[in-house]
Amino acid sequence: MYRYDEFDHAMVKDRVEQFRGQIARRMAGDLSEEQFRPLRLQNGLYLQLHAYMLRVAIPYGQLNAVQMRKLAHIARTYDKGYGHFTTRQNIQYNWPKLSQVADILDELASVEMHAIQTSGNCIRNVTADQYAGVTVDEVEDPRIYAEIIRQWSTFHPEFTFLPRKFKIAVSGAVGADRAAVRFHDIGLFIVRDDAGEVGFEVWVGGGLGRTPMIGKKIRGFVAKADLLAYLEAILRVYNVLGRRDNMYKARVKILVHETGTEEFTRLVEAEFADTRGGALDLPAEEIERIAAYFQPPAYEALSDDPPALTARRFEDKDFNNWVRVNVARHKVGGYAIANISLKPVGVPPGDMSADKMDAVADIAETFSLGGIRVTHEQNLVLPDVRQDRLYDLWLALRDQGLADANLDHIGDIICCPGLDYCSLANARSIPVSERISQRFADLDRQYDIGELRLKISGCINACGHHHVGHIGILGVDRKDQEYYQITLGGAPGEDAAIGTKVGAAFSAAEIVDAVETVVNTYLAIRQPKERFIDTYRRVGDAPFKESLYDKAA
Amino acid sequence: MTKLLKDGKVTPDTWVHVTDGDAVPETGPVIVTLARWQAEHNSLAGRTDGLGIRLESGQSPEAIKDDLARFAVVALEFPKFGDGRAYSHARMLKDRLGYEGEVRAVGDVLRDQYRAMYRCGFDALEIAGDRPADKLEADWRAALGELRHAYQPALRGPEPVLRQRHRAAAA
Repeated sequence: MYRYDEFDHAMVKDRVEQFRGQIARRMAGDLSEEQFRPLRLQNGLYLQLHAYMLRVAIPYGQLNAVQMRKLAHIARTYDKGYGHFTTRQNIQYNWPKLSQVADILDELASVEMHAIQTSGNCIRNVTADQYAGVTVDEVEDPRIYAEIIRQWSTFHPEFTFLPRKFKIAVSGAVGADRAAVRFHDIGLFIVRDDAGEVGFEVWVGGGLGRTPMIGKKIRGFVAKADLLAYLEAILRVYNVLGRRDNMYKARVKILVHETGTEEFTRLVEAEFADTRGGALDLPAEEIERIAAYFQPPAYEALSDDPPALTARRFEDKDFNNWVRVNVARHKVGGYAIANISLKPVGVPPGDMSADKMDAVADIAETFSLGGIRVTHEQNLVLPDVRQDRLYDLWLALRDQGLADANLDHIGDIICCPGLDYCSLANARSIPVSERISQRFADLDRQYDIGELRLKISGCINACGHHHVGHIGILGVDRKDQEYYQITLGGAPGEDAAIGTKVGAAFSAAEIVDAVETVVNTYLAIRQPKERFIDTYRRVGDAPFKESLYDKAA
Repeated sequence: MTKLLKDGKVTPDTWVHVTDGDAVPETGPVIVTLARWQAEHNSLAGRTDGLGIRLESGQSPEAIKDDLARFAVVALEFPKFGDGRAYSHARMLKDRLGYEGEVRAVGDVLRDQYRAMYRCGFDALEIAGDRPADKLEADWRAALGELRHAYQPALRGPEPVLRQRHRAAAA
């Protein structure tokens, strides 16, 4: 993984001291709360319902064991013993004290981490495919470019007061999109052109929130050397023309929509024609320097499906289910990608105790060459596990209560913090998530249902990605009562789609039954091996509407 | 009282901002609005005491690109410090349009934005409030020095890190 050089260290260290000064000036009254607000937000510090919340970046989802132990230490020392992994490859601490925030940042800096630009109207933490570098069929490792973009966007003097936040995601996988690339302000797919040269396909204007939109492809190929000039062109057009009169219409998706994709593209191209070939040219030696950090580790020569694995899978049904559901194919024979579901029954999705973080750090060192990934679906990944050690890994995870075999099933819920923590929320989302996971706790039932992405947001800002859930749930406030709308048919990945509202909202008491009704309707009408989303696409929402609302029978 | 911080020093400001309702003084350097310039182009163009123009954050420098040589000052407004359009406008003025006069930040100009303004090409800042001159100059030095390095190229400031890295590697 990437390691800081003297410049990166200095940058993070200087920012900690700068922020320490800003906090001191705020506490002395030299800065008003209004003036302090964007400064703290650009360092990930929110004021929530009950306390400050600190959001720490995990750039492109990559962690090592030492960093994970530091996250555990911070949770234990400065918080209430846990952290919350978010849908953007960040971790949030919900209870830090303002006076200790600079010390937390010092701790993070000591392991090459930070909270820079995890909030505010600036370019946010850059996200990437969590299987980067280990998945089969990848053009190039997206972490290389995510790191380059991280550096370019850090303290960019022109783009720290954009109309609104700005999110960039990168994926290099062919035919799969695990990073919801088309739902970002800028989505980059690494592609190979007809001449064999590697570059970027650029999508702009995707996003969720109150106006969900799938991004628009504005360029099929940007050469590597031009990457930063092209990004800067998009950002400049957005900074100058993006709406500032209404914060709900300030994202680049609205600008693209109102300007028209063609005209927006023309403006970007004009800007790009002006800036390319200058100081923003990305030198090949810098790409090589950063790529060197992401070279594959020294894998041993092993074969797929070793006898030890096959025998254990045959003997142990639970292990076999975990392998079938949570383990993905690795690009190197004899290795595997193992997912750790952070969605056990009854725990808020993405929450993790300090003790479990420490345990995962140890497990990663023992079984996965020390590497850990964080996914936007609020799970963890061990990217480099020998197949002949999967059984021992599974036992170790099971000891920690981390072997839930529900990846991409109905128990693997994405959920925002909701009204339990968030000052924006209209409704609680965590209790709904818990009740649904309890209702569907039986794993055999989950496997019978098959792949089903269920996502819950406690308000229209859609942090729980409900628009792209096969089943989405949106909390709304109706006369001070919590109600929940159901959307159907959303999808975050290569088959990107925005869900459609199925009808009137349900009360907190009704919502779990309603979800079960949707699932049972699917089970009754599906064709053999047809996933929920495919059934929905085949039949539309009529049968679901009927079973949810037609109570005459 | 508003002070002018230019190239890091508090400097006497002889320029007068003329709002749309006011008469333009007979003599002395003035900064007029874009509307004024467009309406009174002929009479203003003849002034010899110095002419400046003030652009609102929604007004692009492209609107004055053919007249830039007439202006000794282009003042870019920050109606609120969170409105960041003027950063791009300053870069457009200097990078693309080749403007060589003074680019001045006016409006909600705060200490924590000095560095970004400097790097985007602002030469002078009009700062409201009663903070003494020596404190403002100290703020300026502190703001510029808080971060030793810069990752990305801009108009001013430290040499971008990636140049430094590869210069060091080549040496």
